[in-house]
Amino acid sequence: MTEKIAFERPKPLADRATHYCPGCSHGIVHRLVAETLQDMDLVENTIAVSAIGCSVFLYNYIMVDTVEAPHGRAPAVATGVKRARPDRFVFTYQGDGDLASIGMAEIMHCANRGERVSVVFVNNTIYGMTGGQMAPTTLVGQKTTTCPSGRCRDSEGMPIRMAEIIASLGGTAYASRVAVDTIKHLNQAKKALRKAFEVQVNGLGFGFVEFLATCPTNWKMSSIDANKRIAEEMIPYFPLGDFKDVTTGKGVC
Amino acid sequence: MSTGKKLFIKGNEAVAYGALAAGCKCFFGYPITPQNDIPEFMSKAMPKAGGQFVQAESEVAAANMLLGAAACGVRAMTSSSSPGVSLKQEAISYMAGSELPGVIVNMNRGGPGLGDIGPSQGDYFQSVKGGGHGDYRTLVLAPGNCQEAYDLTMLAFDLAYKYTNPVLILGDAILGQMKEPVSVGEPIAVDEAEGGDWKLTGAKGRPYRILKSLHLEEGSLAEHNLKLAAKYESMRGEVRFESFETKDAELVVVAYGSIGRIVKTVVRKLRQEGLKVGLFRPITLYPYPSAALVELAQEGKRFLTVEHNMGQMIEDVRLSLCGLADSAFFGFPPGNMPTPEDFEQPVRQALGR
Ligand SMILES: Cc1ncc(C[n+]2csc(CCOP(=O)(O)OP(=O)(O)O)c2C)c(N)n1
Repeated sequence: MTEKIAFERPKPLADRATHYCPGCSHGIVHRLVAETLQDMDLVENTIAVSAIGCSVFLYNYIMVDTVEAPHGRAPAVATGVKRARPDRFVFTYQGDGDLASIGMAEIMHCANRGERVSVVFVNNTIYGMTGGQMAPTTLVGQKTTTCPSGRCRDSEGMPIRMAEIIASLGGTAYASRVAVDTIKHLNQAKKALRKAFEVQVNGLGFGFVEFLATCPTNWKMSSIDANKRIAEEMIPYFPLGDFKDVTTGKGVC
Repeated sequence: MSTGKKLFIKGNEAVAYGALAAGCKCFFGYPITPQNDIPEFMSKAMPKAGGQFVQAESEVAAANMLLGAAACGVRAMTSSSSPGVSLKQEAISYMAGSELPGVIVNMNRGGPGLGDIGPSQGDYFQSVKGGGHGDYRTLVLAPGNCQEAYDLTMLAFDLAYKYTNPVLILGDAILGQMKEPVSVGEPIAVDEAEGGDWKLTGAKGRPYRILKSLHLEEGSLAEHNLKLAAKYESMRGEVRFESFETKDAELVVVAYGSIGRIVKTVVRKLRQEGLKVGLFRPITLYPYPSAALVELAQEGKRFLTVEHNMGQMIEDVRLSLCGLADSAFFGFPPGNMPTPEDFEQPVRQALGR
């Protein structure tokens, strides 16, 4: 009987173990990014901007030219990169603390200017790297180390829905929210990522994909339960789908 | 450097012309008085030069855009004034840590806080001692007139690339807003190979590159800090200063930037009376021209440091002279506009005349 390889490591993905916890979604999103860069033949033309968070070591796993941005500033750094090298493919990879809290100004204005960059946004509803503090995306009632009795709407506000906000900005060509908890969602996620990359390559504007992701360690859950939480708790508040797509006219005013 | 075309322009414009001449291709700004002429000029000049101008959402963003352009090895600049430069410190620290070249202009205004929009030298510490976090240094150039603003801006780009380090231009509201004739030249052709061994271009036909300041592996950060320290030490050779009438001087007044310029007027006046006074004007504030001060001290001269703040550079003067001599100090408070008359009395007093 001959063996058939059904599943290969994308070339830009380094052949090494990651530092991510078991059940963490970062590895899956890394793979999707690497696959899409390869599929679109962008690997040697890419300049990545890594952000501060668990994924700061992006450059240890995705083998493309990379510059490390200060916490939250990746969209500004990416703006500088793209303006300096307009013919290169530029993407940022950011967590929800990084993008939706300290980096809120930078992401909004980068999108609004319609910078030809793509943003991979990993929303795990928590600050992973610093040990599980409340994020702007933490769900109401969710317990974290800085909202130990659960996020309270009255004092901490409601979780921020970034994909919808980004979709409302004029420079955005594509804004979508996806999840990586099931095969069906993975396939949708890959398509969305490709689109967010394509709008940049085709010069249409800013591309944005929000990935609903797990953080089993800081959620204090098993990997399996964490994966289930995406469908049970996150998707009801953070609906999946495209919120803007200039190629189809969706969400364009 | 310049081809002799003379323009009657403000110090701010001289900085912008200098950047253009040095091959600057990306400018990132944010409005703040008294430096608005620079982004306004660049918003017109950059597109014409085939470059890019971005009015950023904040100085935080502008400086991080600089970081991004610098990572690509493209000559880039940002400018601001004191409150804005405070916001740039994050990116400056990351650029120093990641060894990225870029030029940051500060047209110093009065502080602390919102202060005023008039001249001040209150940002000496912030500029020279490292305004951001971590153990790092930036070269600091302090022009005293509009021609120098042009020349030193050109030099700043070369130094930034020579040392792969941020370079600060420290002017003030006087320099930014005063007009003088300045010789300007055509833009130089920047060597395509500049930054060739580190810049990000997409990893085509070569191993991929990482520009970062995070060093978590055992021993890695210590090694990095030692490497940076050696680099900062090697910058010593860039020391620049002006010595005016110091040869036979009994008293040497130490002052930089616009204040050095005003003190020069005082020196000229007192010289006409036969008083033996001179001016020592540091042009590089980092590296500080300590060795030249030591030589003057060894000749037995006395010193008076004059600043447009309540005492900052005086610390470097005293450190330089340590064990050999001391320096008197006259501080003119930010908030008021100094004239030669303001400095004449303190200089006479230090002379004992
Ligand atoms: C200016 C600054 N403030 C705070 C930190 C500390 N810090 C490091 S990572 C992080 C948040 C990470 O959370 P997130 O962006 O959600 O990414 P995750 O780790 O969950 O993937 C923080 C606050 C920092 N590095 N810099």
